[in-house]
Amino acid sequence: MTIETTTAGVLALILIMTLVTLATRFGGVFIMSYVRISPRVESFINTMASSVLIAIIVPMAFAGDAGALAALSVTAVAMLILKKPLPAIAAGILSAALVRYMV
Amino acid sequence: MINTAHSYQFQPGKVRSELIRMFPISLFVVAFGAAFGLAAVQKGLGPLESLLMSTLVFAGASQFAAIDMWGAEVSVIPVMVVVFAINSRHLLMGASLYPMLKDVSPAKRYGLMLLLTDANWAVSAQEYQSGRRNLEVILGGGLVLWLAWIVGTWLGVYFGGLLQDPKSLGMDMVLGCFLLAMALGGKKSRVCWLPGYLLLPPHWQHGSGCRLTRMWLQGHLPAV
Repeated sequence: MTIETTTAGVLALILIMTLVTLATRFGGVFIMSYVRISPRVESFINTMASSVLIAIIVPMAFAGDAGALAALSVTAVAMLILKKPLPAIAAGILSAALVRYMV
Repeated sequence: MINTAHSYQFQPGKVRSELIRMFPISLFVVAFGAAFGLAAVQKGLGPLESLLMSTLVFAGASQFAAIDMWGAEVSVIPVMVVVFAINSRHLLMGASLYPMLKDVSPAKRYGLMLLLTDANWAVSAQEYQSGRRNLEVILGGGLVLWLAWIVGTWLGVYFGGLLQDPKSLGMDMVLGCFLLAMALGGKKSRVCWLPGYLLLPPHWQHGSGCRLTRMWLQGHLPAV
C-alpha cells in the first residue's frame, strides 16, 4: 500500500507516523498499569532502565565512524574524571569534530 | 491504595529549573532539528509539512528514517514498521517510569508521555535509581526540547544552507554523549553494565556496588 505525496497524502503519512509514535509512548505505561509492582518487578525496571541506556549508546559506538567513537570515549573519560555532564559532553562533541576534521 | 493514588505533587519551581537545566542540550537539538528541516525540504516536503511532522511526531531518529524513505510515493507499511522499530524503546522507557507515573492522574500520566524523549527520560530514570522522584524533568525538559526541535526544524527549512553539515561539528553525537554522561554520572551502579566493567578482576567488581551485575556474572540472578 502506497500513499502519493500530495498535500493530503503527506498529511496522512504524518498522522500515521504520529499515531505509531504515540502507541510507543503510551504503550509501555498502559501495559504497566495492569502489572502489580512487586519488589521483583521494581528491580527488573531498574535494571531495564540501565540496559535501555546502554542499548541506545553501544550501537552509536559500533556503527559510528572514528569521530563517534572519539566522542563517546572522551565523554566517558571526562565524565569519570570531572563528574560534570556539560564539560564532558562538550569535550566529546569537540573531539568528534576534531577527529572528523583531521581524518 | 485509594488514599495514596495520584499523590505526586508537581513543583512549578522545579519544572522551571529542569527546563533551564535542559536548555544547553536543547541548543544542540536546535542544530539537529535544522539538519532534519534541511533534509526534509530536500526530499520534497513542504516547509509547513516538515514543521508539522516535527511538532506532532517529535522523535528525531524515526523522522530522519521516514524522510529517507520519502519519494513521489511512500509505502505505508514499511514506514510504519521503521517508525515503530526505532521508537519502540519508548515502550520500555515509559514502563520504567511507571513507579512514578502511577502517582499522577491518567490524564497527566499520558500527557507527560507526549514529551518523552531519550534525554529527559535518562535524567528521570537515573535519578529514580538514586532514590529521587523527578517527573518535573519530563515536563520542563520535554517542553524545552520539543520547542527546540520545532525551532530547529523551522531554521533548517528556511535557512538550511547555514548549517550544511552538522556532522562535521560533531552535532550528531550530542545525544549519545549526553546519554553516556547520564549513564556514568552519580551513583556507582550506573557503570555496572558497561562492557569494561565485566573485564575487571572479581574483587574490584565486588567493591563497586553492582550487586545485580555481580549476581548475574556468578549465575545467581533468578530469571525475571
